[in-house]
Parts: sequence; C-alpha cells; structure tokens
Amino acid sequence: MASKHYPTPMLDVLEEGPWPSFISGFKALRDNHPSERIRNTINGLLGQLEHSYETRMGYWKGGTISVFGYGGGIIPRFSEVGHMFPESKEFHTLRVQPPAGNYYTTDMLRQLADSWEKWGSGLQTFHGQTGNIMFIGADSKNYQHFFDEINEYGWDLGGAGPCVRTGMSCVGAARCEMSNCNEQAIHRHLLNNFTDDVHRPALPYKFKFKVSGCPNDCQNSIERADFAVIGTWRDDMKINQEEVKNTIMKKAAEIGKEGDRSAGRQYMFDNVISRCPTGAIKLNDDDTITVDNSNCVRCMHCLNVMPKALQVGDDKGVTILMGGKRTLKIGDLMGTVVVPFMKLETEEDYERIVEMAQNVIDFWAENGLEHERCGEMIERIGLVNFLEGVGIDPDPNMIKQPRNVSYVRMDGWDEAAEEWFNRKRAEKSAA
Amino acid sequence: MSAPKMRDPIESGCPDGFQYMHPVMRRNYGQWLYHEDPRPGVLVHVARSGEKIWTVRAGTQRILDVFTLRKLMDIGDQFADGYVRFTIRSNIEYMVADGAKVEPLVKALEDAGFPVGGTRNSVTTLSHTQGWLHCDIPGTDASGVVKAMMDELIGEFKSWSMPNRVHITTSCCQINCGGQGDIAINVQHVKPPKINHALVGNICERPSVVARCPVAAIRPAMVDGKPSLEVDEKKCICCGACYPPCPPMQINDHQYTQLAIWIGGNHSNARGKPTFQRLVAAGIPNNPPRWPEATAIVKKILKCYKEGARDWERMNEWVERIGWPRFFEVTGLPFTKYHIDNWRGARNNLNSSTHIRF
Ligand code: HEM
Ligand code: SF4
Ligand code: SF4
Ligand code: SF4
Ligand code: SF4
Repeated sequence: MASKHYPTPMLDVLEEGPWPSFISGFKALRDNHPSERIRNTINGLLGQLEHSYETRMGYWKGGTISVFGYGGGIIPRFSEVGHMFPESKEFHTLRVQPPAGNYYTTDMLRQLADSWEKWGSGLQTFHGQTGNIMFIGADSKNYQHFFDEINEYGWDLGGAGPCVRTGMSCVGAARCEMSNCNEQAIHRHLLNNFTDDVHRPALPYKFKFKVSGCPNDCQNSIERADFAVIGTWRDDMKINQEEVKNTIMKKAAEIGKEGDRSAGRQYMFDNVISRCPTGAIKLNDDDTITVDNSNCVRCMHCLNVMPKALQVGDDKGVTILMGGKRTLKIGDLMGTVVVPFMKLETEEDYERIVEMAQNVIDFWAENGLEHERCGEMIERIGLVNFLEGVGIDPDPNMIKQPRNVSYVRMDGWDEAAEEWFNRKRAEKSAA
Repeated sequence: MSAPKMRDPIESGCPDGFQYMHPVMRRNYGQWLYHEDPRPGVLVHVARSGEKIWTVRAGTQRILDVFTLRKLMDIGDQFADGYVRFTIRSNIEYMVADGAKVEPLVKALEDAGFPVGGTRNSVTTLSHTQGWLHCDIPGTDASGVVKAMMDELIGEFKSWSMPNRVHITTSCCQINCGGQGDIAINVQHVKPPKINHALVGNICERPSVVARCPVAAIRPAMVDGKPSLEVDEKKCICCGACYPPCPPMQINDHQYTQLAIWIGGNHSNARGKPTFQRLVAAGIPNNPPRWPEATAIVKKILKCYKEGARDWERMNEWVERIGWPRFFEVTGLPFTKYHIDNWRGARNNLNSSTHIRF
C-alpha cells in the first residue's frame, strides 16, 4: 500500500507556467511509478520539500558513506525531519563521471535509467555544476548495488570532498569550428591519470580540471578551475576575403538595409573593428580586412561575428591557467597564466601536460593548508615560489604589469637576468 | 563472523566519449569550418568535408525523473539517430544529419513541453545548485527559483532579442557553488550561526572549524564547562562555511535569509578579459514558491540592458561603457554602503581618477 500523499500546496504552484516543472516530474513518479518503493520515496521527498517551502529551511545533513574500495564520490544525505517523512529519510547522491563533452546515446541513458529505478529514486540531473551526472536519492541499502551495476557497464564515480573532481570540457572539436585542441584527449589524459585521487580524498581541498577549446571558454574554466586548459593558436588567423565581403552585405540585410554596402560597412566598424581590444583589425576600402596578427590576442570576438569568414590558425596548442576558484575562502579568484603556449599533438606532449599537472598537485598537496585551494596557496606563498615549486620559468605573459612596490630584495638579480638570457638563447637555437 | 565478500570497483574514470558521439561528429572531429543559426535554438555546423550537422537545443527542468528522461530519449530515437548531449546549463541538444528532420524535431519537443531556444543572443537556462532539495546549508531552493524565473523569461529563451547572450545563474548560499553569470542570483544568510554548545564538543573537530572561517571569527571556548566554540558576531559574514564540518553551528534560519543579485560576470575572453560579477541588489525577500520580487528585479535589469546595450555588448561591457552611476540611475536600484567593497584588495575597486560622467 502506498502511504497517504503529503499535501503540497506551495509546490503545486510550481506546476504553473510554461517552463518544464520538476515538481510535475516528481509527482509523476509518486503517482505512476510501478515501484512502490519509488512512489513512497518521492512522496516523502515532496513532503519534506513542501515543509522546506513552508518553513524556509533546509533539512538535510551530511555524513560519510562511500562505495566499497573508495573514500568519496557520494554525497550522503540524512533528513533532520525523518520522523515526519520517513520514506525519504536517507537520500544520498551518487556523482557519476560523464564523458568529456557530455555525449550520450539514448540507449545508454535508458540503461542508466533502468538501473537507477531498480536501486534509486528515479531522479537524476544532467549535470551538476562540477560536471557530474547526479543520481539523487539512494538509500544506504541500495547505493552500492547501483554503483556495482553501472560500474560493470562502464561508469565510474566522480569526486566529492578534498580530491580531484570530475573534469569538464566544452563540445569543442566534436562540433565547434573554434576548437584548437582535442578536448576529449586532454580531458581523459588528465583526469584518468588522477583516478586514484578522484576516488580517495586525500588532498588539501578540491582540485578541478576544465578544458575549453578556445578563449570563448564555454566551460568557464578560467574562473572555476584550478587547472584550466584553453585551446589557442599562435600563427595567423585565416581570412576568407570573399566571405568578408558577403558578411558585409549579409549584415546590411540583417539590420534591414538590404543591398546597402555602406550600412554593412558601418556595422563592421561599429561591431568588429572598434571592438577589437588591441586595434589589430582593419577594414579596407575594397571590403577586405587586414589583421595585425602580432597584436591579435585571440580574444575570439571577430571570429564569433564572422565564423564563415575567419578561422583560427594552423599552429594550434593550449594556454594553461592555474588557481581559479569560487568564493570560499579568500574571495573569487581568476586563474593565472602559467603556461602561455604549449603544443599538444604527440604522445610526449600529452605526457608533459600530465606531468605538469602531477607536479602541481604534488606541490600543493605538500604545501597547501587544510581546506586551501591551489589558487589560495598561490596567493599566500606568491607566484614565484609556486613556479619554483613546480619547475616552471617566469614569463612576462604571467602578469598584467610588473610589480609597482619597491619593497623587494633583489640581490639575486644578476643570476636571474642571466637565466633569462640563457633561456632565450636556448629557445632561439631550438627554433 | 566473516565480512561479506565485496566486489572491487573497476576504476575506469572518465569514459571515452567517442562511443556516444553522433557518427557525423566522429567523422569530422576537429574538421569543422563554420556554423550558421537558422532560427533560435537551432545551429547548423558545416565541416570541411561538406557534411553538415544540425543541433536542436531545448530547455529542461534539470532535475529529471526517469519518465521525463525516457520521453526525451524517445524524441531522440525518433528524430536524432539516438544521440544527445547536455550543455553546461542543463539544456539538452539533439544532433541530426538530415536538415529535413529539424522542424519536426522542434515541433515534437515543443509539443512535449520542452521549449526550443537558448542559442545566440537569448537568455539561456539558468544554471543552479542544490538548494532545499539536497544541500545542507541552503538558504533557499535553487530549482524553484529557476523554474519560477524561467516561466517569465521563456520568451527571451526562445528569441534573439538580447544584445548578446545572457547567462543567469543561482546559488543557494554565499559560498556560491553556482553563481557566476551576467546575472547571478545568490542567497545571503544575514545572521551568524546559532551554536548548540552541548553538541560541539562531541561532533566537531574544532581546529578545522576555526580554520574554515574566512574572517577568523571563530574561537575555541569553554561553555558551561564543556569545550565549544564562540563566534565574534561583529566579524562574521554569515557564509555558513562552518556548518558542514560542525552541524551544531546552525546557519539555516527561516527569518534571516534574503536574495542578492550580482551582475556582469562574463567568463569569455571575447573583447575584454573575463570578469567577476558585482553586487547590485540585496535584501530581496526569500519568498517561495515563486520569488516574485527577485524576478521583477531581474526583468528590470534585462529590460535596461536590452534598451541600453549595443549589439555584442555583454552586460559587463554595457555597464563599463555607461558607468555604474548610470546603471543605478536607469535601473532605479538603490546604491548603498554595502556596494562598496571592503574585502581583500578592495581599494582596487575604488575610483582613483576623475573619470566621472555628469
Ligand atoms: C556540504 C554541503 C555542500 C553541498 C551538498 C554542496 C553541493 C554542491 C554541488 C551539488 C555542487 C555541484 C557539484 C556537482 O554537480 O558535481 C557544488 C559545487 C560547488 N561547491 Fe558545493 N556543496 C556543499 C558545500 C560547499 C562548500 C562548503 C563549498 C565551499 C567551501 C562549496 C563550494 C563549491 C563550489 C566552489 C562549487 C562549484 C565549483 C565549480 O565547479 O564551478 N560547496 N556543491
Ligand atoms: S570554448 Fe571555444 S571551442 Fe569550445 S565550444 Fe566554446 S567556442 Fe567552441
Ligand atoms: S581575435 Fe580579437 S584581438 Fe584578434 S583581431 Fe579579432 S577582435 Fe582583434
Ligand atoms: S551554493 Fe551553498 S547552499 Fe547551494 S549547493 Fe552550494 S554550498 Fe550548498
Ligand atoms: S558563518 Fe562564516 S564567517 Fe560566520 S563564523 Fe561561520 S565560517 Fe565564520
């Protein structure tokens, strides 16, 4: 027998309006799911959520549970109002790692759904803000069974707690003409090198990898990843001058001035030429454009406006920024450029980036304080100590401007200058 | 008694995505030439080989029940060769190799209640965190705020009427797991935690709780002869970070939560460098189930942006151009002492020039 439905007058209001309603989905499970266990669980969940809406309070508390062999990957949830809504008093979330770029076949999703309704609540999210598929609502009896089942057919838990977290990657090379790198390969090389660190939380705090194929940074990695990999290129962007001319006339048509070349040119001046942050792009009298590539900072704006006329160059690689993070504990921090450019083509290139990530995590694991993100450690010890710790040479691309405070000891200046010249000579002879 | 034999996990990590990728995308991996936008919610990408792939993007309720998931999969089987992907903001995307299937696919999605849109200069789906459904320190319910707000912004989702794309995010506390966007709606706790001293000594690892506080407001203390903690309430910024390691430091409180709105977060490098969001409004009632006050402010900001910004200007660029005083003027939002930064490095946010618009 299904228990009596808890009333949900406030949640009912969230079924109104045109946007898809999660509450309607919950109710469908509560009312129509063949499994009595699921019907009851969702009934309890709706009861507790309604109670939260009425009292404006959350009622979950954490704990520690994990699957056999791992130390993390599950967010345990126990209800503080379990006496009122016993059906959902245990409601743990399993974080499951998706493929880079979040592709699925419908078959695979059906298989996951089948397993999840066998063992869990029938509720899942694609995806959490860290990038995991979140299977929300397993009880303590069943989560291990669910994990065992999906683990057999190819899925693994992501991270929770002080560990390497699930990575995120943009759609990139699979479907985006802006892509400068193989996001899939970068993502899997990096993440799967740290599988042990994903599953067994033993780091100072969380560590996130995110990969975007170009500086549009669709994954928001500069702001949110400890280790952000952004595709870029360093030779000239490619220009299809015929398409530039077409774009001018197309833009004229779009703004309601079909056939008016000067209106199209005005649009180009207003929206492309004057928006280039470095003044690197010029529109010529004959409707061609010229780009001063040595001053282009690959901001992507002109390519975004004219995707058919402009393409990224051929000499592709990545920029790596480290130490981005959200608010806790010292405020939001952007990642800092640590590697301005790196080729990623050969197996050795991939080994180099994995090794670099390993050095960074090792150094931070040793020197970070408890609950200190990598970026906070960099702020505390200074970028120079960090660079020395991970074996990377200083580069003017790492800064917005040189220091402006004169309080600094400079007795090692001569050696540092010599190092710079040696490095420059070595780069020259290698080129 | 011997322990039951447990199965060792297969530590496969991140799965290979190629097995789930549409064959046209697999064949043309890294070989895309350009894309066009035939209509809101639809993209067509053209590869060097001449092959094309159409993408249809639809909004979802993010927390999917298995019935809804299967409904989305049925549509994928019928129109999209059985391939889907999800975007970072929980929109679903269907990829099809046959342009003739696009309109029927759009219709099938709309008929099933999934709005098609969220591309180019639209307001795409709000991203959100856990809220009352799952977190242990939430001030409000993220899923509900998002549903209520998208009900009113659905027209903007389905059209291209904004100057540039608009990303809206929510976070259910100041720690801010989610809130990073052109508009970020975040919950503020506004009262320091209430401490249940009887429990602290048994449950909390006190040094790590002390270390967790961003403003060093927590000190070890003896209360009623028992080891506990005390909070310097003048220092406390009510972030709630002490709660997860120490649940007796209860931060949730039905009276003392409110919503705050931040704008101008922009993670792209296009034109300018990435920017973090800035506080514009606070003290907004945490008013379930529809949070009308927050939605009204968001709509007001969107309207001013739409009227005032130039093509391609993201919200931060619009405000940089017109200046913050004008922003507060056109939106009618009050400017208060709380808008003036007093966190680390705050003086970088003060004006040290005579650049003033009159
Ligand atoms: C114990 C209660 C907490 C819960 C249940 C919780 C839950 C979440 C969830 C569900 C996400 C999205 C993750 C995913 O989908 O994989 C998330 C992301 C995040 N959480 Fe929490 N969180 C908690 C506490 C915290 C705390 C105390 C902090 C900060 C100290 C924090 C910082 C973050 C950040 C920065 C992100 C997002 C980062 C990103 O990927 O951009 N969370 N959290
Ligand atoms: S980050 Fe660049 S390559 Fe990746 S999806 Fe966005 S625009 Fe495309
Ligand atoms: S990519 Fe950006 S910096 Fe380079 S030319 Fe275009 S607009 Fe200018
Ligand atoms: S924003 Fe705060 S309340 Fe919301 S999920 Fe993150 S930690 Fe929890
Ligand atoms: S709520 Fe935040 S600021 Fe206040 S005592 Fe707890 S950790 Fe410190």
